[in-house]
Amino acid sequence: MRPLWSGTITFGLVSVPVEMYPANRSDRAPLRMLSSDGVPLSRRYYSQESGKDLDDDQMVRGYEIEKGKYVEVTDEELEKLAPEKSRDIDLRRFVDEQAIPPIYFERGYYLTPGGETEKAYRLLAKIMEDSERVGIGTFVMRGKEYLVAIAAENGILRAQTLRFANEIRSPADVGLPKKEKVSKAAVTKFEKLISKHSEKQLSMRELKDEPTERLLKLVKSKKSRHKDIVETEEKSSDGKVVDIMDVLKKSLAAKR
Amino acid sequence: MAARAIWKGKLKFDSTNVPVNLYSAVIDKSVHFHILEERTKTRVKQHMVNPETNEEIPNDEIQKGYQVEPGVFVVLSEDELEKLQPKPSREIEITRFVAPEHISSQWYDRPYYLGPDGDEKTYFALAEALANQQKEGIARWVMRGKEYAGALRSQDDYLMLVTLRHAEEVVSAKDLPEPAGRDLDKKEINMAKQLVELLEGEFEPAQFRDEYSERVMEFIEKKAKGSKPRLHVVHSKRGTSSLDKVLSKSIASLKNQKEKKAA
Repeated sequence: MRPLWSGTITFGLVSVPVEMYPANRSDRAPLRMLSSDGVPLSRRYYSQESGKDLDDDQMVRGYEIEKGKYVEVTDEELEKLAPEKSRDIDLRRFVDEQAIPPIYFERGYYLTPGGETEKAYRLLAKIMEDSERVGIGTFVMRGKEYLVAIAAENGILRAQTLRFANEIRSPADVGLPKKEKVSKAAVTKFEKLISKHSEKQLSMRELKDEPTERLLKLVKSKKSRHKDIVETEEKSSDGKVVDIMDVLKKSLAAKR
Repeated sequence: MAARAIWKGKLKFDSTNVPVNLYSAVIDKSVHFHILEERTKTRVKQHMVNPETNEEIPNDEIQKGYQVEPGVFVVLSEDELEKLQPKPSREIEITRFVAPEHISSQWYDRPYYLGPDGDEKTYFALAEALANQQKEGIARWVMRGKEYAGALRSQDDYLMLVTLRHAEEVVSAKDLPEPAGRDLDKKEINMAKQLVELLEGEFEPAQFRDEYSERVMEFIEKKAKGSKPRLHVVHSKRGTSSLDKVLSKSIASLKNQKEKKAA
């Protein structure tokens, strides 16, 4: 698996070359669409006018400026619109991670050392982990700019993409009513209930993916009964699930 | 304009029952494109095709399968998949409360505001109690045929429910090998620490804008008016000095900036 992005984290004048990989596993139970005789199907684009399937070079990207009217934008133009500076993640500020409201967090990625030396990488990870700070910056990946918090854990750098401030709605935007005065007694009653049901830790059992477990159980049982099994002649390797954990371990292992 | 609620439910824990409406707390502001057929400049459509025959397969002839080994699928019928669906319910069950530091930022997924649905006093009392106790509730619920886990928290006097990713989905740094190498230089550690301290501040998201989207939109508007805007690649230079030199230079320049501001 190739990195999603490779670039440089900078803080002050220091640069840390990194490669970016997802920190989340993809769907563990992806279902494939099959024909009635069991051939895995492909999704294809086709022309509304001729009804014919289209190849990549017969399609372009368009922004709809008014109904049915589009402005074409090419890959090359998008590429040139990203200033080179934004291909780096410049950590302009370091903040306490707990000070970032959860509403901002979007998606996690791991950053592994790139380039020839990992000294600067380990230095940045150590400093951030010791000081319990995360660095904030922006960067461009695949035609989109991201606000990002870089955190360190176990000596490994992690990037959490954040939503931009203009993507966050306020309670007033949503139209929530103004706060009402509440009785102290009602608050105290809830406080007591909250401490009664408080736990020291979040058990991972709470976050178990039960729907997938149920699906996999059904698959296992049908497989052992040889029920509804179809085989295709062509045993292509696509659809093989890559475990992101293996990719990360390889990428983090000392290469030098 | 007030937003429309996307779902209605009831927060339940112990003997408590708080009726709430759910609203999305975020809006997607990125620039979205459509795929067009180059020749006709019209939107393309998608369909499923048998790649061996290039024949279109209509929806009612498609079956779903889980690949157990390369090329071997267990077919699951609509009926079987239907039975796996959770029972619809309006209950948002809170199983326990924990301190927010036990919920890693890696777990948070999509945030929703909860608004009171008929019982404002109870709603605001719960929000206040959560804020006072500095706790988040762990919630489970079924919404539109899907099961969710989430964190119930208070934000600016209001209740918020943030969906949490599944345990199996998130790779924890604790399960990964720490990058190894020679011991780090003490002097460099101290300088890097100083540098981070100089860059320390509050989290002010409004200071960061999606400048790339703004540039793309500006470009599209110019193009729409018929002009052909020129694009230049901006190059930046990067130094290649040693780590400790770069660190001390950075510290000096930041200190200089701070003094100028103070003066």
